[in-house]
Order: sequence, then structure tokens, then C-alpha cells
Amino acid sequence: MRGNTSIRAGALVLAIIIVLSIGAPLFAPQDPFSLNLAEGLATADWDHPFGQDKLGRDIASRVFYGGRISLMVGFAAVFISVLIGGVVGAVAGYAGGAWDEFLMRVTDVFMAFPGILLAIALMSVLEPRVGNVVLSLSAFGWVGYARLVRAQVLSLREREYVVAARAAGARPLRVVVRHILSNIISPVIVEASFGMAGAIVAEAGLSFLGLGVQPPAPSWGAMLAEGRDFLLIAPHLTLFPGIALALTVMSLNILGDGLRDLLDPAQKR
Amino acid sequence: MAEKLLEVKNLVKHFPVRGGVFSRIRDYVRAVDGISFDIAERETLGLVGESGCGKSTAGRAILRLIEPTSGEVIFKGTNIIDLEREKMRLLRREMQIIFQDPYASLNPRMTIGSIVGEPLTIHKIARGKKRDEQVAEILDKVGLRPEHMRRYPHEFSGGQRQRIGIARALALNPKVIIADEPVSALDVSIQAQVINLLQDLQKEYGIAYLVISHDLSVVQHICDRIAVMYLGEIVEIAEADELIMSPRHPYTEALLSAVPVPDPSASVKKERIILRGDVPSPVNPPSGCRFHTRCPYKEDICSIEVPPLQVLSGVHMTACHFADKIFGSSKSSGAVSA
Repeated sequence: MRGNTSIRAGALVLAIIIVLSIGAPLFAPQDPFSLNLAEGLATADWDHPFGQDKLGRDIASRVFYGGRISLMVGFAAVFISVLIGGVVGAVAGYAGGAWDEFLMRVTDVFMAFPGILLAIALMSVLEPRVGNVVLSLSAFGWVGYARLVRAQVLSLREREYVVAARAAGARPLRVVVRHILSNIISPVIVEASFGMAGAIVAEAGLSFLGLGVQPPAPSWGAMLAEGRDFLLIAPHLTLFPGIALALTVMSLNILGDGLRDLLDPAQKR
Repeated sequence: MAEKLLEVKNLVKHFPVRGGVFSRIRDYVRAVDGISFDIAERETLGLVGESGCGKSTAGRAILRLIEPTSGEVIFKGTNIIDLEREKMRLLRREMQIIFQDPYASLNPRMTIGSIVGEPLTIHKIARGKKRDEQVAEILDKVGLRPEHMRRYPHEFSGGQRQRIGIARALALNPKVIIADEPVSALDVSIQAQVINLLQDLQKEYGIAYLVISHDLSVVQHICDRIAVMYLGEIVEIAEADELIMSPRHPYTEALLSAVPVPDPSASVKKERIILRGDVPSPVNPPSGCRFHTRCPYKEDICSIEVPPLQVLSGVHMTACHFADKIFGSSKSSGAVSA
């Protein structure tokens, strides 16, 4: 089945990236912070497989350590977004009426902003810490989930088994959690895998602009920004963090594609 | 007749039709437009009518699964329409519902044990092992086995799923069960089994049923009385046998003529009455008698004056200006031709 191949491929690449990032202290060939100005911009050798940056730091180690931040920010931002979006969407979809109207208009307001612009604005006000990066990415990230969850809740709320639960005397919380949300997890997971790819790119964007994780902490976006000045004379500075970023995003998207095919009820059997 | 267990008075459900700027309410779908009937303990009342006549809406409005627009539903002396939310929630133990589509009425992510046991948990009747024991007992009553508890709905056939739905309704030991097209989605061979099950359960537990159906042959078989609905109104209500043998409303007559007769050489030879046209829109129902646009006996007054639901004899009521003229005093339906 096509879905399974995509899932395997995506999950495999992602798993390698996760292991290398989380196990960075084990796999990184060098200390990602140790400077060696004399060897600035040096190309690859046995000790430095990806070469060294302008301060002589080991790029391979920084890519591995940077993966921790990217994955962590991506996961945390999506997690918070799903949580906020899920609650907003479920309340709007199930309560309906004035609640729905109010919550959806708020959502529309957030939708009207380009997300990354909102994040940039927030980061220019907030301290540039990892936690704040997560916060500002979640500030617009929840909107998509709110709309998705609301639409799904609307389509399920009049299902007979949901009506049956109400007829049995179930309180709204039980109806929503046990009978509605449990049945819409699949599309949310699919959306979340794409959303994580988006959040990782957005984090890289913020760091590229200097609004994200601050030096000397390694971040793929910041590494790309630093390498930009030497693009022609030392392309390896941007090449490796770029490849890491692309691979991560691609594997998440392929995984999401595969999951969608697998979980789409219309394609089952 | 036994005492009234459930009394429905002037139940109305209008759905707003929104449109235009700021989604103003432009009109109403008059799904249920003032129906009244009652059900006694252990009685089975049938509610029949064609698709879209408001039968299901009526069933759900009675249980407040859809909030009715107006009217009263009096259960054991209390008007449940006025009950506050929490009291209503507790009262749901006594009034349950069975759905038409056994594929849509069971949560695909829950095991049979938790589907049937959930009402027990909700009303804090039993939990853990004790709940499982009770669920096993109920499953046995509806002809399923205790080991089915761990399985999921997709592992069962339509008939079995309907039994699970019945078990869920039965779990709370209700006084009234509203069966919304309980067998229409099932194979004919399975229909009989499920109907028999419903009847056995009624005998054992003394449950009153409101059976909603478009199929007169089903309703005729299990009901004590039958009410016929057309476009949100009840046009005729009578003892089942009497309604079948001598309908006193042209619409009932037309419905009956559509029920196939198993024996082609049957002594009562029926003439098929084909109604002209479609069911009018419930947004803008016809004036006067709602059936006048399709009635073969229509006269001038029919489009002007609304015929009231009149008592003919005993519990037989009909809403037709010319009930006596058309059907005489008591004549078999078969002999009347359109």
C-alpha cells in the first residue's frame, strides 16, 4: 500500500534525525561551542565532517545540537496549537450559536494576519528565548486546528451514536471527549505532522532574522543566517543546516501524506 | 385504557431557515406543527408517515434531543419541556431511544461493553466488575453473548448491531422507548427477529413503545394504536386494527393501498391509490387541510378551512371534513376506490 511506504520512509528519516539530535552529546564529533578562529571557514576533514564555521566551530556538531532546538520547538508549538485549537474548535462546533459566532470571528481575525508576521511582531516585543519562540508560533498556529476541529465536530455532532450518548444522559464534556474527539483524532494527527514541518521552518525563519534562539546556541535558522555572508566562498556553512532542515521538513510531510492515505476512511478497503 | 404514561400536547418544532445578509431568519420549516397524542403504560403506539413528514423530529423533540419550539410533553405527570437541564438529564433513565441505522448508532471506537455499559456509568448505577456483570446480563436478554463485550461494532452484522442498540436503550430499565425506524435498515428476515425481540422485552419489562416508521406493515404488526402523520400534523389516530380495516382519512387510505398484499387472490381486492404530485414543502404548507393538494376527494372548503382532529368513535380520531361522506359510517377500506 502506498500509504505504508510513505509512512515507513518518512518515519525512518525522521527517526534518524530525532536520534541524532537527542543523542547529540553522543554523536557530535566535537563540542559545538568550542572556538578555533585559526580554522575559520575550514572545509571538511576527519575531525570536522561538515567543516567549520567562521569561528572555527564544528558544523556537524552544531547541526546535531541545532536539531534539538528545531524538533523541540516544532513539537511544542504544534502541541500547544492543537491544544488551544482543539478546545476552541470543540466549543465552537458543539456549543454552536453565539459561542460559535464569537470564537470563529476571533479565529478569522487571527487568520487575517500572515502567521509568520504575527510571530515576528511578537518576538520583537518578547525576549528571544526558546519558550517565547514556541509561544509566538502557537499564537497563530492554533487557528488551523480550531477550524479543522470545528468542522469535524459539526459533522459528527448529529451522528446517531452522539445523539444516543445525549439520550443516555451524558454531560456535554463526556459527549465531546468520548464520542466526538475520539473519532476525529486521525485528521488532527495528519494535520499536526504537516504543522510540525511548518513550525520548524517558521522557527528557522525567526532565527534567521535574529529573532529566535540567540547565539551562541546552535539553531539551523541562525546557522543559515551566519553562513549567508560566506555563501560564495564557503557554501558548506549553509549547505549542511539547509540539508538538515529540508530533510526534516520533507520527512514530516511524507509521513503526513502517508498517514492521511492510511487514515482516510474513504480509502479503507 | 390504562393510565397515561406519556402525553404529548401540541408539540411544535419549527426550524429556522436562514439566509441573506447577517443570516436573518427568513422562514421556518414546520417539521412538527402541533401534534398531540398519549401513550399508556405497556402500550405500543405507531407513528407513521412518509419521508420528511416530521416523524423523527417528533420523536427527538419528545426526548428533548431537539428542543421543541413549543408544546408540552408530560411524563408521569411532569412537563419535561420545562425541566432544568440536570433534572432532565436524570430523567433520561426512564425514556430511551433506538435508532434506525445500526451502522451509525454505535461509536466505532468503543467496545460493545462500554457502549452498553456507558449509561450505567453515567447514572452511577454500576461500575467495574459489577457493570460488566450487568452488561453481560443485558446482552443475554437481547440474544448476544457476554464475550461480545470486548469486540467492536464493525465486527457485528446489522441485526446484531441493532440488538446492541436495543441493549443500550434497555440498560437503564426505561419506561418508554422511542424506536425510530427500528427495522427499516435491516433485511426482511432480520426484521422479524428484531420485532419479536422488542415485543418479548415489552412483555418482560412492561415498556411502552413509540414506534416511528414509514412501513405500515411493521407498525400494524406490533402496535396497539397507530397515528398517521402528514406534513407535521397528525391526520388520523386509531386502534391499529380499526385503522387498517377502516381508515377514515384519505391519506391513510392511500398509504394502506400501497402496502403489498401477500396473496394476489386475497378476498379483499385492493385498488392502488396513486397520490398525485410530491409532498408539499413544510416551509410553506398548503392552506386549509394540508393534504388537499393531493387528495382525490378534495372540495372547495378543503383549501380554506383546517379540519380539526375529531373523535369519530372511542379513540378513533381523524382530521377530514368529509370523513363520513367519503367513508360512510364503517366500511372496509378495500371497497373504496379513488
